[in-house]
Amino acid sequence: MLELRDVSFKVEEETKEKGILERVSFTLEDNKFIAITGPNGGGKSTLAKIIAGIEKPTEGRIYLDGEDITELNITERAKKGISYAFQQPVRFKGVTVLDLIRLASGENITVAGACQYLSEVGLCAKDYINREVNASLSGGEMKRIEIATVMARGTRMSVFDEPEAGIDLWSFQNLIHVFENMHREIHGSILIISHQERILNIADEILVIADGKLVSRGSKEEVLPALLEGVDDYSGCKIWKDGGVK
Amino acid sequence: MDAIQKQLLEAVAGLHEIPVGAYNIRANGKSEGRNSTEHIEITTREEGDGIIIRIKDGTRKESVHIPVVMSQAGLEEVVYNDFYVGDDCDVTIIAGCGIHNGGDASSRHDGIHSFFIGKNSRVKYVEKHYGSGDGKGERIMNPETIIEIGENSVMEMDTVQIKGVDSTKRMTRAKLKEGASLKVMERLMTHGTQDAESRFIVDMDGENSGANIISRSVAKDDSRQLFQSVLNGNAACSGHTECDAIIVGNAKISSIPEITANSSDAALIHEAAIGKIAGEQIIKLMTLGLTEEEAEAQIINGFLK
Repeated sequence: MLELRDVSFKVEEETKEKGILERVSFTLEDNKFIAITGPNGGGKSTLAKIIAGIEKPTEGRIYLDGEDITELNITERAKKGISYAFQQPVRFKGVTVLDLIRLASGENITVAGACQYLSEVGLCAKDYINREVNASLSGGEMKRIEIATVMARGTRMSVFDEPEAGIDLWSFQNLIHVFENMHREIHGSILIISHQERILNIADEILVIADGKLVSRGSKEEVLPALLEGVDDYSGCKIWKDGGVK
Repeated sequence: MDAIQKQLLEAVAGLHEIPVGAYNIRANGKSEGRNSTEHIEITTREEGDGIIIRIKDGTRKESVHIPVVMSQAGLEEVVYNDFYVGDDCDVTIIAGCGIHNGGDASSRHDGIHSFFIGKNSRVKYVEKHYGSGDGKGERIMNPETIIEIGENSVMEMDTVQIKGVDSTKRMTRAKLKEGASLKVMERLMTHGTQDAESRFIVDMDGENSGANIISRSVAKDDSRQLFQSVLNGNAACSGHTECDAIIVGNAKISSIPEITANSSDAALIHEAAIGKIAGEQIIKLMTLGLTEEEAEAQIINGFLK
């Protein structure tokens, strides 16, 4: 179980302090699937980075199964079973898809084993397995390889930052199945940051984060209708309603 | 051959024992063994130190090993090796130099390799440099490669210097005739206070000739590297040079690509990039459970693979 307790994150901006996240608290129970949604710039990605240990919260604590992991670094958290899929996957010259999947799985898995993960994310394995994870791959291909690395880790806690971004409509349906399968087979918790209604639809619970705050949470029946009707309330249009930028 | 020499031989040529095919093994300035074959003849030069390798027309799927090992501190040598490759050949030449210096005096090997390649041939040239030993004496290698590629022939040159060489000045000059092509893949890593320079001058003289010079290097600690690549397009040709370097610690790297079109039909491209390991690359590998040091090593290994 992952618990965030009063997590805040502030940055210095031109000598002024800017709050990115403000006292966000929630728990992610074992084997649950949580989706976090909300407007761009609301602090969702920062939250994912704080869970992975890439950013340290300025206030608040993070607990994994009751253990305070706030001070643990990225590697230590990864070893405790937290996986994180980047919104913008990183490219490497000279490192092949197979190398990356092997590093992710933590063992020297067979080529066939690695291909299995690629097939699951909809890539024809033999075309990709020996390719370098460099600029020759498209954004959509990179996103799928990124998801495959998280699958290869098979940890009990996976965080995905907008996995749907850059993935074409044709592959999107398969992607939904990937997450459903992960949820069912790995018996781990999944936290997905997403703007996609179809991803929100398969989540056990939806959290809405806007302006750095957790503004609502609940089942899709509870959250989705309000979210879809009241889109304006969470979007930039609010600023215009309030009389423009002051 | 003693244990140190055998270890060097394995490091530079991957050889555990006597190689198959033609070979000449040079240890501490003397020939330790030589074999010519029906198609490949190795003879001692009459003037100057070194050997002459003659590969007959039509020699296919054969290899030549010419490793050099030095384990005697203070030894300095200049060796000239000339390769005459006939027409319609397909051969692999494996050279390499390993220096073990356990003493205080510098050891130096300057190898000057000249290649004269005929028509419609394919030559793969592999060269590995390696240094070991904990003496104060420097391990110095200054290889010079002179290449003349005949009509429609291809030369692929693969050079690696990963460890233990204190100072290197490499010079490669190539002249390409009609339809000839040269591909170079250079991999280099320097550490400590090592110093490495690598310069290429390629003249694409013939129509439809082409050159692709790629260098990947990592400079660590207080080491210094210089890469220069000069491509002269003197006819309708295509040339590409690329230098990618990773800088770690207080190292210094210079990259000087230079392309000159002396013909309006020459198509030339240069790319050069120097930078630290991207922070996000380290972070990505850390999220997979590697430590920062393991991540850095992994990124460098992949880069130089």
